[in-house]
Amino acid sequence: MQKIGVFVCWCGSNIAATVDVKAVAEALKDEAGVVFSTDYQYMCSENGQAMIRQAIKDYGLTGIVVCSCSPRMHEATFRKTAVSAGLNPYMVEIANIREQCSWIHKDMAEGTEKAIVLARAAVAKLHRNAPLTAGTSPVTKRALVIGGGIAGIQTALDVADAGFEVDIVEKSPTIGGRMAQLDKTFPTLDCSACILTPKMVEAAQHEKINIISYAELESLSGFVGNFTATIRKKARYIDEDKCSGCGVCTEKCPSRKGLDDFNMRLNKRGAVYIPFAQAIPNVAVIDADQCIHFRTGKCGLCQKNCSAGAIDFEQKDQLIERQYGAIVVATGFKPIDASQFNEYAYNDSPDVVTSLEFERIMNAAGPTKGQLVRPSDLEHPHEIVFIQCVGSRCSEDAEKGKPYCSKICCMYTAKHAMLVREKYPDVNVHVFYIDARTPGKNFDEFYRRAVEQYGVDYIKGMVGKVSVEGKKLHVQGSDLLNGEQVHINADMVVLATAIEPDPTARSLGTMLTASMDTNDFFTEAHPKLRPVESPTAGVFLSGVAQGPKDIPETVAQAGAAAAKVIGLLAKNELTCNACVAHANEAVCNGCSQCERVCPYGAITYEDREIRTPEFRGVRRIATVNEAVCQGCGACTVTCPSGAMDLKGFTNRQIMSEVDAICR
Amino acid sequence: MTYGYYPGCTLKTKAKELDVYGRLAAQKLGILLEEPENWQCCGGVYPQGEDEIATKLSSVRTLAAAKEKGQDLVTLCSACHHVLKRVNLDMKNNETIRQRANNYLKLDTPYGGETEVIHYLELLRDKVGFDNLKNAVVKPLKDLRIAPYYGCLLLRPGKEMGFDDPEDPTVMEDFIRALGATPVKYSQRNECCGGYVTLENKDAAKRRASTVASSAADAGADLLITACPLCLYNLEANAGPSALPVKYFTELLAEALGVKEEL
Repeated sequence: MQKIGVFVCWCGSNIAATVDVKAVAEALKDEAGVVFSTDYQYMCSENGQAMIRQAIKDYGLTGIVVCSCSPRMHEATFRKTAVSAGLNPYMVEIANIREQCSWIHKDMAEGTEKAIVLARAAVAKLHRNAPLTAGTSPVTKRALVIGGGIAGIQTALDVADAGFEVDIVEKSPTIGGRMAQLDKTFPTLDCSACILTPKMVEAAQHEKINIISYAELESLSGFVGNFTATIRKKARYIDEDKCSGCGVCTEKCPSRKGLDDFNMRLNKRGAVYIPFAQAIPNVAVIDADQCIHFRTGKCGLCQKNCSAGAIDFEQKDQLIERQYGAIVVATGFKPIDASQFNEYAYNDSPDVVTSLEFERIMNAAGPTKGQLVRPSDLEHPHEIVFIQCVGSRCSEDAEKGKPYCSKICCMYTAKHAMLVREKYPDVNVHVFYIDARTPGKNFDEFYRRAVEQYGVDYIKGMVGKVSVEGKKLHVQGSDLLNGEQVHINADMVVLATAIEPDPTARSLGTMLTASMDTNDFFTEAHPKLRPVESPTAGVFLSGVAQGPKDIPETVAQAGAAAAKVIGLLAKNELTCNACVAHANEAVCNGCSQCERVCPYGAITYEDREIRTPEFRGVRRIATVNEAVCQGCGACTVTCPSGAMDLKGFTNRQIMSEVDAICR
Repeated sequence: MTYGYYPGCTLKTKAKELDVYGRLAAQKLGILLEEPENWQCCGGVYPQGEDEIATKLSSVRTLAAAKEKGQDLVTLCSACHHVLKRVNLDMKNNETIRQRANNYLKLDTPYGGETEVIHYLELLRDKVGFDNLKNAVVKPLKDLRIAPYYGCLLLRPGKEMGFDDPEDPTVMEDFIRALGATPVKYSQRNECCGGYVTLENKDAAKRRASTVASSAADAGADLLITACPLCLYNLEANAGPSALPVKYFTELLAEALGVKEEL
């Protein structure tokens, strides 16, 4: 028989306002096995914990029930308290009478009754608790960073600088990501490539960093400290070790129909190409869909002209399997597809462009060599209209678009407007906006400079329609401050399109069992207190994969994620979860159902000799690898024979709780 | 294929072409359109007020009658389609309206928005198929440059009407191609014709109608087609010097299928 102590917390008025805590403590005194029951204002305080320790000693308690907040908050606290008084930490049960009781009830009588029932259930469970001991597992001292944009590069550099090996897996042929496509950065207007490429080079040259470009995560197993990843390195049909990046092949290639993704598909490129001048690795890649050799078996001009002999049409996808201790998700974003917003005539006129397309048009390495011209006729525009919030801040029941603010568009539109006015003072620039949102260091000053110094015409209101009328784009919008309709005959329209998570994020989230919100942004473990960790242990978040942010914020978060990774990899071993699954060999019939549902691959089967009164002989029995099991319980509910049980949450324990509640 | 068919009042008076040619074409395509007995006016304008059901009842009666016969309900007039479709959704999704309408009507079985309301163009697109329509055409309307005029009522609100992308619709263009003619894309095809404003403010209606007509004319159209009697009226009467010929889409359909009779 257990000797149980019950400790009812007021949590100030959080619990005590809706639950009669004294009545709860009093009622629990009558429960079998309860030898001590009391209440206190803040059980988690030093004094509260001292009270628990004292009671354990004075009454020789073998287990305690704390009626307080969710176990997510203070279970660890009270387990430590119990340990310091000589108890096994798993002889502690928490009855959640705050989140699941006082906070959701208004009536004191109802709340008190429910709190008593919850506490009784915890006592009933505790009667069946047994001391558990947690094992340990080793930590693989290598990190995997998924995504080679500025977020991934920064995290990789910081982790590598601390002395740990890092692999960057990047799905495109080069690292650099979206930042590499930007012309200038706000609010300093420094050239994006000038500040990014040194970081790319640093990552490439770092002895601890290994860049796996043109590759994607294929599958993942394992758990924190011990992940096993399979990475598919796509065939680029170029031997990376031989290619010198001279670019002769890209000039000789006769196929000119491929669209240049780096330049937002505004111009054509050859079937063999290097994405941009500073690409890393500086190695060509063959687009097999466009390549004449792959389509007809002829040509091969690139191969004939490659002095390094790097062209390899026979190259196949390669699978790389590697162990990692930590994984960082840095998959970034893409601009939302503007073709669904045809009220702005994006499908009807090449002179309606997205902001990222405009970024490429303004860039010296872009499709127009940095000359601001209309894509339709390459003429110089005189009237440009910028439309903000295209696809951002849409109402929840809207037919399209995202409910969130994309955060960066106000600033980059101000940047575009300013750059145009600076370089081409003859161009009139109008910006339609809902709100100009410019919090951030030197951000509002930047926006005001666009308005006050550069004379950009900011119009508060949205555009209803852009119609193509001959060579002009007729923009019809509203000016909310003047309460009137605005009609502008523009030469170009630039859409500040919302940003959304990269399309690969969803499948990656499933693979990592990392949770995502309805917009496919990765969810952090706690929105305020654990913003760079995913709820899945060992998976960390860096950059826009977690939510819209600008470059400085991305870099800050990337560093924070790196700090968490370093903290993990610095450990030699991790304490495992003691609440793991266990198969009762007398009952298990070897059906394999648990093996199939286990998300961690913790269950295997072995032939074991069984000696029971009913059976003697060899039988196929499920075995749980306790270092791998995360205690999710999927196997226990799947097991048809009831052989699988979860330590700390056995079927008998759960049923005792249910019985106590239904008593 | 048998469908319930709701013509509406205007199609029996001012817009006979829309109705008659629609029926002739349907017959040619092997579609039986059954007009319910004793149908009443749809209400003319979708009543947005939630506190008054009287203006929705006539639509509900038609919808419930189609349900009793187990038929989908085909419409032709944009305005009728708009009203029936949205009242039907109210009966499906709005508990208060459903309850009050049923309390009043005392039908044998309560009506809960079960009937499927299909516009004639949706029938052609989704049930007949434009490929099949193209094969059925005996007199392709070659050399005709047609500007499809959608107006507002078929397209918006986009989520409720579920007709086509309100900002970039294609169903009429596909229809025109199936008839062998060339669709002309112009920016004003999904903008308002002026509607009932023509009664209150003739100038405003004239501005709208002439903008639509001149946008189509500038794009090189020979004529405009529409599914709406009010749009047709505005585009004919209010477009001024830029006016183009305006026809109901069913007239061209009947012509291409070789079943057009002079009315």
